[in-house]
Amino acid sequence: MIRFVLVRLLRAVITILAVVTFAFVVLRMSGDPAQVMLGPDVPQDAVDAFRRAWGLDQPLWIQYLAYLKSIFTGDFGVSMRDKASALQLVLERVPATLQLTLPALILKLMIGIPAGVYAALHRQSFADRGVITLAIIGFTVPSFVMGLVLVLIFSVILGVLPSGGQDTWVHGVLPTITMSIGGIGILARFSRSAMIEVLGQPYIRTASAKGLKWRDVIWSHALPNAAVPIVTIVGFMVGSLIAGAVVVESIFSWPGIGRLLIVSVSNRDLAVVQCILLIIAAAMVMSNLVVDLLYGWLDPRLRSHAAH
Amino acid sequence: MGTTNPDLVELRDLKVAFDGVQVLHGIDLTVARGEALGLVGESGCGKSVTWLAALGLLPGKAAVTGSIRVDGRQLCGAERSDLEEVRGGRIAMIFQDPSSSLNPVLRIGRQIVEALQIHRGLRGQAARTEALRLLDMVGIPDAPRRFDLYPHEFSGGQCQRLMIAMALAGEPDLLVADEPTTALDATIQAQILDLLNALRAETGMALVFISHDLGAVSQVCERVCVMYAGRIVEEGSVAQLFSQPRHPYTRGLFDAIPRIDGPRDRLIPIPGTVPNPKHLPAGCSFSPRCPYAVDACGSTYPSLEFQGDGRRLACMRPVPAVTTSGEAKRRIHEGLMA
Amino acid sequence: MTALLEAEELVRIYEVRRGIFGRPSPVRAVDGISLAVMPGETLGIVGESGSGKSTLGRMLLGLDLAQAGEVRFAGSPMPRNGTAEWRAMRAKMQLVYQDPLAALDRRLTIAAQIGEPLQIHRLVPRQYQADRVAELMEAVGLRSDQAGRFPHELSGGQRQRAVIARALASRPKLLVCDEPVSALDVSIQAQVVNMLRDLQERNGIGMVFISHDLKVVRNIADRVAVMYLGRIVEEASSDVVFRSPQHPYTKALVSSVPVPGKPLEGRMILQGEPPNPADRPSGCAFHPRCPVAQDICRTSSPALRRIGDGRTAACHAVAGETASIETMRRMA
Ligand SMILES: Nc1ncnc2c1ncn2[C@@H]1O[C@H](COP(=O)(O)OP(=O)(O)OP(=O)(O)O)[C@@H](O)[C@H]1O
Ligand SMILES: Nc1ncnc2c1ncn2[C@@H]1O[C@H](COP(=O)(O)OP(=O)(O)OP(=O)(O)O)[C@@H](O)[C@H]1O
Ligand SMILES: [Mg+2]
Ligand SMILES: [Mg+2]
Repeated sequence: MIRFVLVRLLRAVITILAVVTFAFVVLRMSGDPAQVMLGPDVPQDAVDAFRRAWGLDQPLWIQYLAYLKSIFTGDFGVSMRDKASALQLVLERVPATLQLTLPALILKLMIGIPAGVYAALHRQSFADRGVITLAIIGFTVPSFVMGLVLVLIFSVILGVLPSGGQDTWVHGVLPTITMSIGGIGILARFSRSAMIEVLGQPYIRTASAKGLKWRDVIWSHALPNAAVPIVTIVGFMVGSLIAGAVVVESIFSWPGIGRLLIVSVSNRDLAVVQCILLIIAAAMVMSNLVVDLLYGWLDPRLRSHAAH
Repeated sequence: MGTTNPDLVELRDLKVAFDGVQVLHGIDLTVARGEALGLVGESGCGKSVTWLAALGLLPGKAAVTGSIRVDGRQLCGAERSDLEEVRGGRIAMIFQDPSSSLNPVLRIGRQIVEALQIHRGLRGQAARTEALRLLDMVGIPDAPRRFDLYPHEFSGGQCQRLMIAMALAGEPDLLVADEPTTALDATIQAQILDLLNALRAETGMALVFISHDLGAVSQVCERVCVMYAGRIVEEGSVAQLFSQPRHPYTRGLFDAIPRIDGPRDRLIPIPGTVPNPKHLPAGCSFSPRCPYAVDACGSTYPSLEFQGDGRRLACMRPVPAVTTSGEAKRRIHEGLMA
Repeated sequence: MTALLEAEELVRIYEVRRGIFGRPSPVRAVDGISLAVMPGETLGIVGESGSGKSTLGRMLLGLDLAQAGEVRFAGSPMPRNGTAEWRAMRAKMQLVYQDPLAALDRRLTIAAQIGEPLQIHRLVPRQYQADRVAELMEAVGLRSDQAGRFPHELSGGQRQRAVIARALASRPKLLVCDEPVSALDVSIQAQVVNMLRDLQERNGIGMVFISHDLKVVRNIADRVAVMYLGRIVEEASSDVVFRSPQHPYTKALVSSVPVPGKPLEGRMILQGEPPNPADRPSGCAFHPRCPVAQDICRTSSPALRRIGDGRTAACHAVAGETASIETMRRMA
């Protein structure tokens, strides 16, 4: 068990390292921070001075080693723009993002899973077809389109909800809904098919044959089995709590991590972008690890595999 | 209705169709209280479907018609709650594929205790004790320690015995056992058959024993019912059928059994294959494979009629009674010499 | 001639634990088994339910890893699980499993599943694939109209035939059949057994045939090994084993075979509990239930040794003596 966790942790670290390296290289290959920061018309020696100050004149691999060394000592660099600690800048934005993504996650779980399960239990019914249709709309319409449509309806036409900003909780309503719709669709579809699969299994028939009430068959026999695939998706959603708001934050000008990322990328604010990507990767990888552990807890057959 | 009726289960003209394809063509069958009935027949002839239909356990796409009475109460088209009352307590069923019929994510102890809770109101320690007794009864070694294991940690035969324990937990009036001993070795099979016999003697439980193993059927059953292509073709007492099979199909089944003694010859299967339920041959469904068939067999279906000796038979050209008797006696006699 | 398949001193121990952090207790499911199968030969394996037959079958194919011992296929050791050589070898050795429903994918039609090995191992050009699938289905007695069915739309026996057809698709050299016919009715069983015998004669397939149906084993197997609690207790040609079983467990087994139309009178009833693999009795594992157990049986475990007739047995009581089943019955 402990060895299993250790192996997984090691793998997690490697994954994060790969992401970080990739980001490092791509960022440096795709644009010059000095040009962006200083503007097009500055003299060459100002540019050189800037490069020297930030270490950009060194060969790439030396920059890379220096960067690795600093992240292992917990130093995530300094923002080129604000001259403040990149980590601090990023962490300041976390609460704002979670303000959107956490309620959105709760909405996804509370609506998506029950809708999918309900549809599976009433197959071919009107409700089932309704759920499928809405789910497909939910996850095929991109969130920027969905966001704009919602703004059009609720802010422009009805005028009941604000279309941007972060002043009161009311400002969070539209972004939260926008963000949750796709996830609700995915979860509904997934829960439905997982549940249908499980309901066709012989052990469900056994449970019915025992004389269990249909409700109990669902709760104590079908759902625990259907949970295994659903948990995968939920784990992914938890992992993207931090990363998931990029598009929506820009539509609704919500000052979260997503906005910071976009601004920093266009400014080539290297340290900040790298720090955000690192945190996103870490969140993803950690949630993956938790999902793996949950699997073993949910499905005893996987538990004994893991032990080997 | 009701009190004067000695029959526990009465199936009348039970028909089942899947997506418009009829697989049961009107089954008439009664199971009396305390009786042991064997159900044999080729794979796919509808043995399992008959009893799944009776308990309302077929998937939604199955169209079930006819009459299913348990203690005089109509179950065909009944409410779910009525069915739930019958399942497990009045009629319990053991399924064919034991390892996939147990819930993989629940501990086996819990799966048995569940049945004890529903039908006998046992909880906590009392339920556990009773579950352990049942596990012991079906021959699961070291039951207390294995109580909390999961189904995949048991062998196929052990899973089958777990299913049996689970079915017995509700102290049913009728146990429908669908191939309950196929995954068991001969000694444990004999032990389970003894157990079923003892339970019947003790509690008056009736038994429907679905099996390919005609040997096992003859150990526990009093009456045997032979099915072919969704119909009953012959029914009678074990002694009658086993000494004098009259339907050519029944006869073919006996001939196909490998022997425990004598030369290891090629086995003798019934020629041909089971007909497609979608395109059943006209007349008797067995006629294309039947060595005794005449033209008439291909045009009208012979109805299931009582014969002089108490058996029911659906055949226009039955195996002649006298010669079979001598032949069968000889074969059974040889069997005794094993 | 080199053996097609050889196993030497195979051991498989399951760690059974209660809860994730419970203390594991070892279950010796397979406890030092050696065997050999010649090309074209059928080795029947019978024995107590839970004695490790399925585990042994999986180990022979490298599907379950041995903690100790070695499996050799055509003289060379089994490649590591998951490597390309292992996959190539797996095409030559196939498993037919006990529970057809679990062996088949619910979401694929049976024709697709029978054709799967053809695709995976690229055995047949695409345009002939459908023909080969039809041929295989016919060989196992499935109708062509059933090709598009899903496993749950077939009866138990039809499913098992699909599994066998899939196993035969890659023209294997070795088949390990774990209860392949127990879900089949006697007529289809006769067909399948005949079919397996023909395939063997024609293609020289070696076969390990695990079954509880002694009548079938007797018919199909050349040699039979009897297992009890993870070990082989008796092995001989199938005629010999069934005519004059020597080990007391084999005797009990053979005497319990039900014959149609006849009550089991002379059956040798085993006393006591079925064994618990986690807590193996001392000495001979069978002694607590053995009607002829002596003191030595409680302390020393009998080795498998030759006792004539090309037979090996592991029992202190069968040294030179040949107690027939009749005397056993009188004693019981
Ligand atoms: N869910 C289903 N959908 C469609 N057809 C089905 C379904 N279940 C069973 N059938 C068909 O109904 C017929 C009877 O099946 P059933 O399972 O009762 O056979 P059986 O007599 O129990 O056979 P076996 O001895 O092999 O278990 C078969 O032709 C089978 O293909
Ligand atoms: N995954 C597992 N974890 C723990 N114990 C196991 C596992 N699989 C099998 N066992 C145990 O190992 C022993 C041998 O199991 P196996 O399935 O090989 O028996 P078998 O001889 O095939 O029995 P059967 O005839 O009933 O199929 C049994 O006691 C079983 O409980
Ligand atoms: Mg069946
Ligand atoms: Mg097995």
